[in-house]
Amino acid sequence: MPEINVIEAVRQAMYEEMTRDPEVFLIGEDVGKRGGVFLASEGFLETFGPDRVIDAPLAEDSIAGVSIGAAMRGMRPIAEMQFADFVWPAVNQIIGEAARVHYGTNGQVNVPLVIRSPYGGGVRGGLYHSQSPEAYFAHTPGLKVICPATPYDAKGLLKSAIRDNDPVVFFEHKRTYRAVKGEVPEEEYFLPIGKGEIKKNGAHLSIITYGLMLHYCLEVAEILLSEGIDIEVLDLRTLRPLDQELIVSSVKKTGRAIIVHEDTKALGVGAEVSAIIAEQAFDFLDAPVLRIAGPEVPAMPFATSLEDIFMPNTERIIQAVTQTMAY
Amino acid sequence: MANKRIAKSNKLNGSDLTNEDLLDAYSTMVLLQALDKRIWIMNRQGKAAIVASSQGHEAAQLGSFWALKHHSVNPWFFPYYRDLGIYLAAGINPAELMIGYMAKKGEPLSGARQFPLHGADLSKRIINQSNVVATQVPHAVGSALASKIRGEQIVSITYFGDGASSEGDVHEAMNFASIHKLPVIFLCENNKYAISVPQKLQMAVDDISLRASGYGMPSDVVDGTDFLQVYNATVEAAQRALDGDGPTLIEAKLERFLPHTSDDDDTRYREPEELQLAKQSSDPVAKFKEFLILNKIMTKEQSAQIDERAKAEVNNATNIAESAGQPDGDDFYEHVYATKVE
Repeated sequence: MPEINVIEAVRQAMYEEMTRDPEVFLIGEDVGKRGGVFLASEGFLETFGPDRVIDAPLAEDSIAGVSIGAAMRGMRPIAEMQFADFVWPAVNQIIGEAARVHYGTNGQVNVPLVIRSPYGGGVRGGLYHSQSPEAYFAHTPGLKVICPATPYDAKGLLKSAIRDNDPVVFFEHKRTYRAVKGEVPEEEYFLPIGKGEIKKNGAHLSIITYGLMLHYCLEVAEILLSEGIDIEVLDLRTLRPLDQELIVSSVKKTGRAIIVHEDTKALGVGAEVSAIIAEQAFDFLDAPVLRIAGPEVPAMPFATSLEDIFMPNTERIIQAVTQTMAY
Repeated sequence: MANKRIAKSNKLNGSDLTNEDLLDAYSTMVLLQALDKRIWIMNRQGKAAIVASSQGHEAAQLGSFWALKHHSVNPWFFPYYRDLGIYLAAGINPAELMIGYMAKKGEPLSGARQFPLHGADLSKRIINQSNVVATQVPHAVGSALASKIRGEQIVSITYFGDGASSEGDVHEAMNFASIHKLPVIFLCENNKYAISVPQKLQMAVDDISLRASGYGMPSDVVDGTDFLQVYNATVEAAQRALDGDGPTLIEAKLERFLPHTSDDDDTRYREPEELQLAKQSSDPVAKFKEFLILNKIMTKEQSAQIDERAKAEVNNATNIAESAGQPDGDDFYEHVYATKVE
């Protein structure tokens, strides 16, 4: 199997779907001639033409709103928000409109739209190029929210998202774009939305995570295996709908759980996962559930030293594992 | 039909409508007014929770509808909450509409999940998802984009008020539509008030249509209380859209005869004399009637018959809606997602 990085996986998924289905089109800032600021659509303009690769004016609200209108008519837009930090002007259209169209029309209209956006920190992005806004969207019934961590997952899930009949918010961690490589089959495949995956089996403790943090957690699991701690690493992959079954079965098996994400801790994904464990696996717990997450400051600062304070790292995860195992 | 040139064959009314077309439109307008008045009464009786009346807006809604009916195959409509006339003209019957205002079982647009007139009727090509003001405007542009990508000869039209024209959604949507020369019509029903805020506190210009030039888009200002003026302006805009020459902004100036909604009290911000004058000089139904009678297109007897028929239809609709039950909630959790997750 060829080895590719995450941005190439995203590019392939879009390319294949746009080749297959003339109803799929791409719209966003700089997606045309520039090929996207991360080159996710490099060469698309030449291949698919300006009607289907649309360089949008710098106006996120209409990128979303116009895409929703086209999707209401049955087209399958992929709307790129250049950085997740810029999605806020479009939030009324995404949460207020797209998420409610199917319910609000009593099932008559649906919005087969994918909002793609690079997110996450650790790239010297400062307050406005590092955010992890996934929890805001994951709170909304009517949306599906996906945060893949590997090239294989990114490609398989993005292809499923494009064919899905609902609005999907697809967050791609920008630090994984070129840093994370992995094998991807040449033949076509799809991954199910709403299913997590055990990325490493283990017996002593479950780490539940997604996005860039998956790779930190796998590193920790490898380090600690040599010390006799057998960690299970669960990659959520989809945040809405959450794979509750997988979370609960993993924790029932190991009896210990840590949730790791880069987004701010309070009222975030970790809080929800923790509540699910408390509600459905309380009797199986041998230790309190811990969360390793972003600190309570509005967003990630710019300077490397300050960014390092914000970002969860292997050291902090190891510390949490040690604390949980010693309980 | 698509690409049909405006043939102003009817010298009398300056449009291409026949006298039968005009009588048909007038009958719908009378029915619209009668239905709207009854719904307001139903609200005061505690039977309809919220009403945004179309009274004063009849000619803008029906004039533009008739234009697309005659000059565009399968147009798509993205109206707003005051556009009862669009739904009625499209053929959703008064009983179904009344059921919507009473939020009863069998409501066709949203299953009574939404405020009146929100939701969709795909068989009529009407979508009006939200009552967050102006959000439907980019949807109409997206619909027009779909038509362009697919190479369809289809016009999309969206309706909004003067208040909505201040929203970023409207500006972004117009800009995008004009860049890509999309087949879409922006019809602003300017009734001069955003709830209580008069136009002069909403904008520093007299005509909202002025904004079109900033987007490189043609515009038209019409007397929105004159059916034929709105009709002709919309025909021209539809023609432009179908010719591939892009969008048009039509500003229909008119009067809002009632408070913003049934929950509003316009005596707090509107002088009674001003309102009285507006009703005397700008009643679209009275003006249309006068035109038809003066030009001997309609007799007084015909007019009385049209009034009687409308009254009977509204009575019938009221009876049907009153006897309908409440939604039973069996499908409360249905249609959150179109593709269910295993």
